[in-house]
Order: sequence, then C-alpha cells, then structure tokens
Amino acid sequence: MEPLSWTGPIGTYLDPALEIVALLFVAAVVVQTVLSYFAPALTLQSNPDGTLMARGGALGLFEKLVKWLFLALIVIVLAFLVLGVFLPVGDVGIIGAMSKQFTPVWISLIATFAVSIYYKRRLGLYGKLFDSMIGMIGFGIVMFWVFTAVYTGVFHLIATLDPLSQVAALKNKPPGMPVPESNDSYGWYLLGGDNLARDVFSRMVEGSWIVVQIAPLATLFAFMVGITLGLPAGYYGGRLDTALSFLANLILAFPVILLFYLLVTPEIVSTGIPSFMGMFLFIFPLIFTLVLLNSRYHTQPAKRTPILVIVLGLMGWVYLSMISQEGTVVHFLPAGVDLFDVPSGILVVFVSVVFVNSPTVFRIVRGLTLDLRTRDYVAAAQTRGEGPWYIMLWEILPNARGPLIVDFCLRIGYTTILLGTLGFFGLGLPPESPDWGSTINDGRKLLSIYPHPALAPALALLSLVLGLNLLADGLREESLKD
Amino acid sequence: MGLFILRRLGVMLLTALCLTFIVFFLTNLGPNLEKLAKTEASVRMSDDAVTTWLANRGYAQPMLVKYGEWLGVLPGYVIEGTDGVTRGLCIHPDQKPEDAHKFCGVLQGDWGQSSVFKDSVLSIVGTRLGLTGKLMLWVLIVMVPTALVVGVLAGMNEGSRTDRVLSTLSITTTATPEYVSGVVFIAVFASAAMGLRWFNGSATSAMAHATFVNFTLPVLTIAMYGMGYIARMTRASMTEVMTAQYIRTARLKGVSFRNIVLKHALRNALIAPFTVIMLQFPWLLNGVVITETLFNYKGFGWTLVTAASNNDIQLLMGVSVVSVFVVLFTQLISDIGYVFLNPRIRIS
Repeated sequence: MEPLSWTGPIGTYLDPALEIVALLFVAAVVVQTVLSYFAPALTLQSNPDGTLMARGGALGLFEKLVKWLFLALIVIVLAFLVLGVFLPVGDVGIIGAMSKQFTPVWISLIATFAVSIYYKRRLGLYGKLFDSMIGMIGFGIVMFWVFTAVYTGVFHLIATLDPLSQVAALKNKPPGMPVPESNDSYGWYLLGGDNLARDVFSRMVEGSWIVVQIAPLATLFAFMVGITLGLPAGYYGGRLDTALSFLANLILAFPVILLFYLLVTPEIVSTGIPSFMGMFLFIFPLIFTLVLLNSRYHTQPAKRTPILVIVLGLMGWVYLSMISQEGTVVHFLPAGVDLFDVPSGILVVFVSVVFVNSPTVFRIVRGLTLDLRTRDYVAAAQTRGEGPWYIMLWEILPNARGPLIVDFCLRIGYTTILLGTLGFFGLGLPPESPDWGSTINDGRKLLSIYPHPALAPALALLSLVLGLNLLADGLREESLKD
Repeated sequence: MGLFILRRLGVMLLTALCLTFIVFFLTNLGPNLEKLAKTEASVRMSDDAVTTWLANRGYAQPMLVKYGEWLGVLPGYVIEGTDGVTRGLCIHPDQKPEDAHKFCGVLQGDWGQSSVFKDSVLSIVGTRLGLTGKLMLWVLIVMVPTALVVGVLAGMNEGSRTDRVLSTLSITTTATPEYVSGVVFIAVFASAAMGLRWFNGSATSAMAHATFVNFTLPVLTIAMYGMGYIARMTRASMTEVMTAQYIRTARLKGVSFRNIVLKHALRNALIAPFTVIMLQFPWLLNGVVITETLFNYKGFGWTLVTAASNNDIQLLMGVSVVSVFVVLFTQLISDIGYVFLNPRIRIS
C-alpha cells in the first residue's frame, strides 16, 4: 500500500482553495484592524423596520468580507472531515482516515447538540450554555474527547491498532506509513510510529480514556473534601476556621512536584501512606451524603432511616472495595465481596491528585460561605430554627453553585494537567501506559529528530484543557446573566 | 502594620517547620533508608546488616530526635558503632570526635552532603539557584510586561474585538502546560522535521553563557503558562476599574480616553495583578522543574528531580527547605505589598 499524504487526492483540489481563503482571511483581518483605528465611533442607526443599520464605508465592507471568508474557511475544513467519513480510506489522506475513525464521535456530537439546542429553554444553566459561542465551542471539544474516550475504552471502536502492539518496521516512521502486508490489521499508522514502533494515533486515543476516567472523578472527590470542610470553616469561623485554613495553606505552600515525588515513589507506596491517605480522603463523600440527607430528613425518622441505610450501605460497600487493594497494606475484604480492584498505580495517582486539589476547593468554598452567611435567607432559616448543617448544605451551598460549577470545569482541566505532569516525570502510572503525559515523556527524548510521537498527545491534552477552560468561561458568562 | 508583619512571620515560621518536618518524615521512612543503605554500602546486604548499618549512622533514633538534630536544635548524635568506629552527625570523616561541634544542623549552616553529587548540599543548592535565578529573571522580564499590556488592552474596552482576541489568547496559554508548549516549541522551532532550526532544543549551553538562540525557548515556555493567568487577572481588575464612578466622572469631564486609561485607571487596576504575580511563584517553581527537565538546563528544578529520583535525602531536604521558603516568602511579600499598595487597607 502507498503511504498516505495529509490530505490525499482530494487535497489537490481543496488544499490550494484552503490556502487562498486562509491568506485572504488573514489579510482582511489585518486591513480591518488597521481601518478600525481610523474609523469614526459607531453610532447605532435603525432601519425603518426596527433592525439596526449595518456599518457602511470601507470598514463595513471589510467586516462583511471577514465574516464570509471565515465561513468559507470553516466550510472547507468541514469538507475535509465530511468527505473523509464518506469516501474510502486514502482518498482524503490522513485527515480523512482519522475523520472516518471518529465517525461514531461525530454522530454522537451532532445528536447531543441537536437535542440540547432544541430543548435548550428547558435545560436550565446547561441549556443557557448554548447561547454562548465560546461555551458551545468548549462544550464541543470536551464532548469530543469524552465520546472518543468512551467509544475507545468501552466499545473498542476508534483506535486502529492495539496501543501496545509493535511493528518493528515502523519504528519512528512519519505519519501515514502503511503497515507491512503480512500484518492482518488496519492498513496504516495514521500518525506514525513511536520509538518502540507502536501506533501513535491509537495510543493518543487510548490515552483519552485514562484521563476521562480519572480527572472528573478526582475533581469530584476534591470537591467533596473541600465542601465538607470549607462550609463549616466559613460558617462557624473562629478556631475551627483558623486550624483548617492553616492546614490548607500548608498543603498549598508545598511545591506540587516535590509532593508528587514524595508520595508516588515505590518506597513510599510500600509503606502504605497513600493507601491511608486514600482511606481518609475517600470517606468524605460518605460524610457529605450522610450530613446532606440527615439534615434534610431528620424530622421524619420513618423516611430518613431507610434512605440512609440504603444509600450509605451502598456507598460504604463501594468505599471499602475501593480502599481494599490486593498487594498493599490495606487489604481486608475477601475476594468475593470486593467489587472491583483499582490498579495500585492508578489509586496512588488518584489520591495525590485529590490531595493537591482539595485545599484550593476548600479556600473557594470557605470564601463563598463567608460571603453568603450574612444573607437574609440564612438569617430567615436561623430564625425558623433550622440546624447549622441544614443551613450550610441546603441554603448556602445551592446559592454558591454558580462559581463552584465554573471552578469544577476549570479544575478538571487543571487535574488533567497534573495527571500529565505525573506522566511526564514517569510517576505512578506504568511506563507502557498510553496516557498523554507518559507518551510525551517517551517522545521527548528524540524530539528534535522525530517530533510526531510527542506532538500528538501534547496537542490532544492542550485541546481538552482548552475546551474545559472555554466551557468554564461560557458557563461563567451565562451564570452571571442570571 | 508592624504587628501584622510579625504575626505573618510567626505563621510563616510555623508553616515552614511543619512542611520541613513532613518532607523529613517522608524521606526518612524505613524503605527509603533501606534503599539508601543498599546504595551506599552494598546492594546484597542482609536485612540485619542494613539495620546495623543504619543504627551505626544514627538513623535508628526516633523521628523527632532526628529532625531536631537535622534542624540543629538538638545536639548531633555520637554513636560508637558495632564495628568499633565512632560516628557522629557533626564529625567529618577526617576529624577526631573531640574536635567536632556539638550542634550541626540547618540552622548552623551545615546542610549535609549530597550522596549523588558528592559535594556539600549548600554549595550545590547555591550554584543551582543561581542558574535558575538567571532563568527566572528573564522569565519575569518577558512575562510581566507582556501580561500587563495584554490585560490592560483587553480590559480597557470590555467586549471589543481586541478584548475577545486577547482573552481567547490568554485562555489558550493558561490551557497549555509547560510540557506541552515546550514540546510544541521544540518541534516547531528546533526540530529537523519542520526545517526551522532557529533555536536550540537544549539549554545546556545556556548555563555557561545564555544567548538568544539557546535561551529563548525555555524562557518562553515558562513565561507563556503564567502569562495568560496574569493577563486575565489584569483584565478582570481593569474592567472593574473602568466601570467605576470616578472613571465616568472623568469621561463626562471630557478627559481623553488615553489619559483616562493611563492616568486614572491604570494605577488602581494594577493592585490586584501585583498579588497575583507574587502568588504565581509557586506555580513558576513547578514550571521551572518541568522546563529544566525538558530542556536539560541543570538548575534548581533539575536538581530537585535528580535528588528525588536518586533518593538523595540530604540534597532533597536542602532543596525542599529552599523551595518552601521561596513560596512562603513570596506569600508574605504579596500580603504586605497588597496592604501597602491599597490605601483603603493601609490607612484603616
């Protein structure tokens, strides 16, 4: 088979078109920016039918031009992707072949957007997200990686080859190289081979599954810890606040990388310290749920007791199976009762990421509580005779949700960066693991000769974090409009 | 003000003590010491031999005592070993036990010996800090002015095209961790594959003399990640100031937009970024570790990684003391600076 070029035979027509439109677009933007400094201030004038009059003159012309050129640019890029899905592999080159692999992701994305936009007025804050362009772009990128991760990890759809299989002839080969005929597998290494002759594209896609599994869950745990400790610290103040804030500042003053090196090395893991930290940190969701439900239903014991028993029983079981690991210090559940085993490396990474994130969440929650506890509805609840935990969890927390949701998105991005950092230093995860950080670490040794093995996961990580940041920005904008 | 600084200093000292103790505790745990014994003496030591080797060198003492000795508030141990040699924390190899000092800890300026570099920790940390200082100086020179200009330009006209472009740009840089931007920079500007070999992909030669060619990429890599964050904070503070009453008054008076921005808004808008820049130091430290590893620039961050991955306990302790103090000190400066810059707090 022939090696694939980036855009294939279709590219002979579309590439020049793309180049010309892109050049024109850049030129038009420059001209428009220059002109805008000389243009008189815009005065809004309305047409007889009530619409606003468009801006006239040279500047108005260029504004329209920029808009149309931008649209043309998007159409051409979309053409590559759409043609790639429908034409046979090879006609649209690497881009098309990748687009074809991502077909299930495209379908899910289109479905999600169609449904969400159709029902957006009924979906609350999530629906409002679709009013903001930035938010939609961010959401699109994030969902792209989420779908990719789920289809790869659960349904084994998107990856072209096994992320660990090696084809010796393709060591460090550039993108688009065909796999030798003797191998009965997908025909190409779409993004080339790395220095162990593994497929870069499949590893990048598999890496997303690791991130999507760990990052949101770790962030959620960090939020549970931060909320459970931050609410009383802000609400009661006094000694409790001083002590907890001191502890939080202690962890925050610790250089993150030093902490990782101290926690994640095999010697420390063998002493069981991360497992004990896990026991401590993972109990917070239980405490949180217990207090949340109890403060709500404690006046109706007939309802409360069964709810608490069922919910906490289930959560406790999950908790016990999570912390009890074969081969570590903490191992007490018999195999039949143990629901699942988290690989010990992943557990350690998880614990350290939660540990690093929770003090920041604590500080945010504490600050919000300090602000909200002086509000009238809190005073009203106090006068009604509600307990302090009811006020914290059912009066203050719902009113602090806006900033917390925004920070949750940002923090998932930050957790992704931290996971990458751990991988970059080869800490925690096994060295052959396809997660993005480890892959960048693998690729950086030969970076100036073969940049592609490190570049693919680097750009993947960048796009995911960027998507999360844009999503957070869109959410903040929309939640401020309330 | 004096009382405030004193209280802050007290808390800072307490924090430093706690943090160094945590690091000391984690580095002096059993498995680490065992590994140390095996690398220092012999790999095929029996467990009993390891225990006596450690006991002879004072590692078997209680953790708090060891910490006190390391700190220099407790007298250093003097142990007559099972092999008949008298060893002490303060007794140098070519010194008689009687001549040695009683105390020798961090407070006395005795930071111990690095087991990897075979040199005194103090001198290693000193030279490496110097190299990192050079890097940081350039990072700050590039990062701070750019971030402030970008933030002010974006914030003075909220919602304008300039604002949107610059804000998106700063979001992108905050979403790019150092190991991503570094990799992209090397791939684009220093690899054979792209053909643009403008800069060096390694900064090792920059340790002796930094030039534009070998120092640009590491400096840019660190500066970029922090820049977006500072720029966004500056923008937020600038937009807040631009909606203030006195700016409206100035506008109604007929002051030109230029003068409003430069003379009325800027001074008040720059208080918040000052705190942010100071609080960026811990993150910069992170970036320094990643960037120095990526570009093979043997500064402070590189030393941290080397010490941690080679189980060099003394050096790791020295590095942690310095980094903890850098972080706490910048926090202190940011607190004091904030109070000092903000007249509303200063006067009350």
